[in-house]
Amino acid sequence: MFAEKALELIRELKRCVDGTMSPYNEDAVRQVLDEMKALFEHNQRDVSAAVAGESELYSSVHLRHAGLERNKRCLLAYLYNRLENIKKMRWEFGSVLPADIKYNLCEQEVQWFNKYNKMLANYMRSIGDAGGLDLTQDMKPPKTLYVEVRCLVDHGEFETQDGNILVLKKNSQHFLLRSECEHLIRQGILEHCVH
Amino acid sequence: MAKQTDNYFNIDGILATQEKIPCKVELPIYRLGYLDSSSDSDDLLPGTKLELPYWMARGLCSRRRHIVSIEMPKQYREGYREILTADATVVDLHQLGPYFYSFGTDLLNFDHPEVNDIAKCLIKTMQTRIRTIMDSSQNSFKLDTSSITSKLDEMEKHLFNAGQHGLTEFQKWETRETEKLVTSEMVKKHRKRKRIMMETS
Repeated sequence: MFAEKALELIRELKRCVDGTMSPYNEDAVRQVLDEMKALFEHNQRDVSAAVAGESELYSSVHLRHAGLERNKRCLLAYLYNRLENIKKMRWEFGSVLPADIKYNLCEQEVQWFNKYNKMLANYMRSIGDAGGLDLTQDMKPPKTLYVEVRCLVDHGEFETQDGNILVLKKNSQHFLLRSECEHLIRQGILEHCVH
Repeated sequence: MAKQTDNYFNIDGILATQEKIPCKVELPIYRLGYLDSSSDSDDLLPGTKLELPYWMARGLCSRRRHIVSIEMPKQYREGYREILTADATVVDLHQLGPYFYSFGTDLLNFDHPEVNDIAKCLIKTMQTRIRTIMDSSQNSFKLDTSSITSKLDEMEKHLFNAGQHGLTEFQKWETRETEKLVTSEMVKKHRKRKRIMMETS
């Protein structure tokens, strides 16, 4: 049956849960492209024969064409949904992707991610007042300037805006500027303590 | 009428259009005999019966082309429609095809005498089932819902999850948890997976 391989790619996407990235299936993509090429060549041969008078060949042309269209839809959907996932990850993980996720991207996807990063950074610099506006911050309306946080992991040294250096050690508690530590909370390094 | 699964890139849409339809070949299809695994002939001859996925049948059977003729899949035929009319709430729609509604509405594109009845039946089924789905999604807070969702079709599952999401968000708001900054869900899941991988390796 046509487009079996392409459907496998889609099933792979369906299985993939949030926060993970399945390895780019280069092999299957190439196989789908090969199948499409074969279908196209068969079709071209049959079309020229049909134009020459064997008009009963049209039904197989239609069938193969449906197969081509289907393969195209599956392939494009595979790439598009992966890109959407990468885009979402930029907002969740920040500008640097975890190594194991990056490892599962293909070269073009890494390029795309870098370009997206650059565009987003440029845009955020261009809006707001002179300093730009970080859109990834204040995902929830801020209530206080400072927040109390507890370290969940050993993170090492951290330099605050006023020049102080503090060591983020596991289970130590700090009182920090909300804007400075929000990212670290999102990354799961700090925990917000509310009383 | 446009639905979400009609989106070209929608994964569920692609999976729903993969559902099989029983077809009968009307015009000879040359050199593609290998599509029918039960015969050795080089061509698909008129009268051959085989099951084709929706997307293929759609390309071969329309008002302009009539290369194959289609029959409605059994879960949309009279017998099953009667069951659904009797009491739709107890039917396991997941078993009748995980994309019961989506595939059903796709079938309406064909020129088939039963199309009108199927359309009515789909709406009726939805109307009777939606109440229970809404009830259960709003009243099972922090419970195991797998026994409820296992009988739902994919679209109903989305509805159910939306209801659950709303419920948890509301509970959070009531207990003043919305102020708290939390780790992103995606990061959390990623961590968990990493831990599993580290433990197994």
